[in-house]
Amino acid sequence: MNIDNSKVHMGIAHMQFLFKQMLRIRRFEEKCAELYTQEKIRGFLHLYIGEEAVAVGVMQALKAEDAVFATYREHGHALARGLSMDKVMAEMFGKVTGSSRGRGGSMHIFDVEKRFYGGNAIVAGALPLAVGLALANKMQKKNDVVVCFFGEGAVAEGEFHESLNLAQLWQLPILFVCENNGYAMGTALAISESERHIFRKAQSYGLKSHAVDGMNVVEVESAATQYCQRIRKGDGPCLLECNTYRFRGHSMFDTQLYRESDEVEAWKRKGPIMKLQRWLEANGKLSSAELKQIEDQVADEINQSIAFAERSEIEDISDLYLGVYGESES
Amino acid sequence: MKNQSLTYREALKIAISEAMRNDERVFLMGEDVGNYGGCYAVSKGLLEEFGADRIIDTPLSESGFVGAGIGAAIGGMRPIIEVMTVNFSLLALDQIVNNAATLRHMSGNQIGVPLVIRMATGAGKQLAAQHSHSLENWYAHVPGIKVLAPATVADARYMLSMALKDPDPVILFEHVMLYNDSAATPKPEDCPDMHQACVRKAGNDISLITYGGSLSKTLHAASELEKQGISAEVVDLRCLRPLDTQTLFKSVDKTHRMIVVDEGWRTGSLASEICALVAEHCFWSLDAPPSRVCSKEVPIPYPQHLERAATPQVAQVVEAALTLLNRDVT
Repeated sequence: MNIDNSKVHMGIAHMQFLFKQMLRIRRFEEKCAELYTQEKIRGFLHLYIGEEAVAVGVMQALKAEDAVFATYREHGHALARGLSMDKVMAEMFGKVTGSSRGRGGSMHIFDVEKRFYGGNAIVAGALPLAVGLALANKMQKKNDVVVCFFGEGAVAEGEFHESLNLAQLWQLPILFVCENNGYAMGTALAISESERHIFRKAQSYGLKSHAVDGMNVVEVESAATQYCQRIRKGDGPCLLECNTYRFRGHSMFDTQLYRESDEVEAWKRKGPIMKLQRWLEANGKLSSAELKQIEDQVADEINQSIAFAERSEIEDISDLYLGVYGESES
Repeated sequence: MKNQSLTYREALKIAISEAMRNDERVFLMGEDVGNYGGCYAVSKGLLEEFGADRIIDTPLSESGFVGAGIGAAIGGMRPIIEVMTVNFSLLALDQIVNNAATLRHMSGNQIGVPLVIRMATGAGKQLAAQHSHSLENWYAHVPGIKVLAPATVADARYMLSMALKDPDPVILFEHVMLYNDSAATPKPEDCPDMHQACVRKAGNDISLITYGGSLSKTLHAASELEKQGISAEVVDLRCLRPLDTQTLFKSVDKTHRMIVVDEGWRTGSLASEICALVAEHCFWSLDAPPSRVCSKEVPIPYPQHLERAATPQVAQVVEAALTLLNRDVT
């Protein structure tokens, strides 16, 4: 693994932290897949396995005041943003203790305290919202960053183009992060886009933009940090394209007829967690005892979250209408 | 001293500028609201008073700027979004229905969207089949949003401030034939709470239920009926979601007969919903079947005679009332 941490200071403790964050997401989702087969989790379940470096890397560039918009594949973003695993797991179980009272499930995790605005299951649907929140920040003379994650499939939607144009036109404090995993559900980028370098589309609107190896958490963090610094200074929006891959199907229903297993295996060999683990081990920064300790801590957190979700109540049906409308200002 | 009068257009403009003076969170955004002065000249002069930071001309990106309005509302602003016509609002339907209407409930009551969207609606200006439709019922179908139809100068003057105080997305429909209507300068008490229907003319023999651009036609029909000794009560719904069923049922229980005058197409219309509600709740007080005068089931045509033939007219309302009362139609 080629690690260039010259541009941002990155100590070993931080590298271990990144490793643990990615591992939390990986193990959490592996457990979610199991719980799905046990019918504890229902509906759609879109796993982020393979793409953990993107969310974990980008979140390191953010402050508490910054805001995050994500997609329906957002368990990793929620965990990396600091939502409690208990609340995320309870949400998957549809329990009232979940981050959205169980109303949203896997695709609609919200936590306003963490400034985590979902969890949007309309492809590209969150981009205009993120632009609007960034507009509000600018109008209120705040330089807080709004980060909006989306897949490369969103690039085909008009809302992508409208949003990039508005963001650049109004010079908004927003970082667009394109998680390019090569497939919009089962449709390969090669058969859906005339220009396959997403960052070039952003450049055509005048945004600062480039692509990074989305399997390399350090590279992602470094790029996101530099972009966020630029955005905070008021130098306009940026787009970071992260080339990545999802190791599992689009959702739990996917039979993956559209790609070869060789391709999946080749990408797995570039896995972000495995690569960082090997680098840490090769440099004597992760002993087997330390690795076991991290794995144990992660397993404990997951087990605790499952126990929490299991013992939590479902929402009372009498609350069905709660939150259709709010209370009026006096 | 001569009583000053005000047009519907001027009333809207005063309402917007008053809201902007009273609350720095309020801003106006939409296509041609600034330099052009608004496509129906509602915002003429506001750019000069409030500047380009608060009177924001947008590109032709309905989904983008309506979505940005939702995001800005989440971010603590109180946006007024102008969409040129209801037909164009269909380009933003995704943002309105999938985001504005859902976010509060889906997030477990964490996120409100205090947003006002104004749009022109209706036929009468020979603008043909892509600028003349009445799709209020599409929006009134959706829980999570509120739908207002100011039909009088007083409502145009005072409903906006109520909509801006509401914690949820409110859509204001301005019928294109009302902009030049004028009335004596209204007082706040001329505009009851936005959720209430209003009896615009009291009567005993039949209830004529209507809203928006059909109110003046319906009042005209009521005075024609008066000449034939029929006392018609005219109810202006004003708020199309949630419906003020109390006022509606009270009127029907008094008169025992009802016609709904609705410029929307008959199939799946608001008129259909009101007839169903009245059949369910006032069945035993009805002396005749609930009836509807709606637009014909055609795209609105350009030539004036066909446009008139396609939309509800005074004579049809009178005829429908006479039929319901078993009177000879003259």
